[in-house]
Amino acid sequence: MPYTLLIVDDSKLARMAATKALKILRPDWTRVEATNADEAVSLAKDTAFDVALLDFNMPGRDGLQLAADLLAIRPSTPLAIVSANNQAEIVARAKDIGAVFLMKPLNEQSLGAFLENAVQRLEQGRA
Amino acid sequence: MTGAPPEMLTELQLDALTELVNIGVSRAATSLREMVGAQVHLSVPTVSLETRAGAIAILGERETSNLVAVHQVFEGDITGRALLIFPETKSLELVRAITGGDLPLEDIIELEQEALAETGNILLNSCLATIANMLHRSLKMSLPEVLRGNAATFFSLAPPPQAGDIVLFLFINFAVRERDISGYIAMIMDLPSLTALVHLLDEFIERATGDGIPSEHDRA
Repeated sequence: MPYTLLIVDDSKLARMAATKALKILRPDWTRVEATNADEAVSLAKDTAFDVALLDFNMPGRDGLQLAADLLAIRPSTPLAIVSANNQAEIVARAKDIGAVFLMKPLNEQSLGAFLENAVQRLEQGRA
Repeated sequence: MTGAPPEMLTELQLDALTELVNIGVSRAATSLREMVGAQVHLSVPTVSLETRAGAIAILGERETSNLVAVHQVFEGDITGRALLIFPETKSLELVRAITGGDLPLEDIIELEQEALAETGNILLNSCLATIANMLHRSLKMSLPEVLRGNAATFFSLAPPPQAGDIVLFLFINFAVRERDISGYIAMIMDLPSLTALVHLLDEFIERATGDGIPSEHDRA
């Protein structure tokens, strides 16, 4: 079934690239976008989404801090942290909070695997 | 923005360039982390296009002390100079951060040149290589060279540049082991190189988003 993906990135280009990949991988899904952590948190309070892609390096709070906030609002939402900054500490923190780490620039293969896994988790949650 | 040539890049082109730089700097952070053995914290780089005079004015206003720069020349479809610039006072901090901070001052001074050249090499190469790869072009880069001086010296290196030169100006803040080191990355290009860069950015945007060139409405 179609789900809604939340894309949070301060770069418009990065949001457009993620949208393009989503259209190819899951053409029936819808998406919502935010440009920073505060916007994403206020959006999360009144807009439904099922899966989220969070940029790590953003002005204000980073993607990992945002992930913790989103999980507080919607526990067990499948989340991915997206960054070219794959320092061990960042990848480990992503894992600790239960998020997947995806390398930037985002490629269809890794996004596809993440979405596939997210769908399985969401469907198990329903069952 | 002093003397900025805003008509050169649309909002989306500047966004794409910022994202390329962000990816380049983020990759550099991973390399620096390996070198330092501790996490490197990075700010989001801010990117702007300035004229040479504008860049000298901004840097001169923000940094009044002596500066140190790591300089590399790049050549290819886009030709120019890349500089990583720090206040001289931060340069010893950088060496302390990299070495762990327990070395005597004379050793730190001795290592300074080498640590600067290596850090500059990692950061500048990572930014330039990311930009080149993602724009599907190759760039040849010279060895790093450490320079001391001020904004006017760094932006007026021989051979004398053309009057119309453009400076792509990036400000980043990074911290290692609780030591805050802020610096600037500047890429100096001539007008033909900037025109080539704009063209390559459009191709990149098209590949990344699958859309055409943005309309005039997006022009910043």
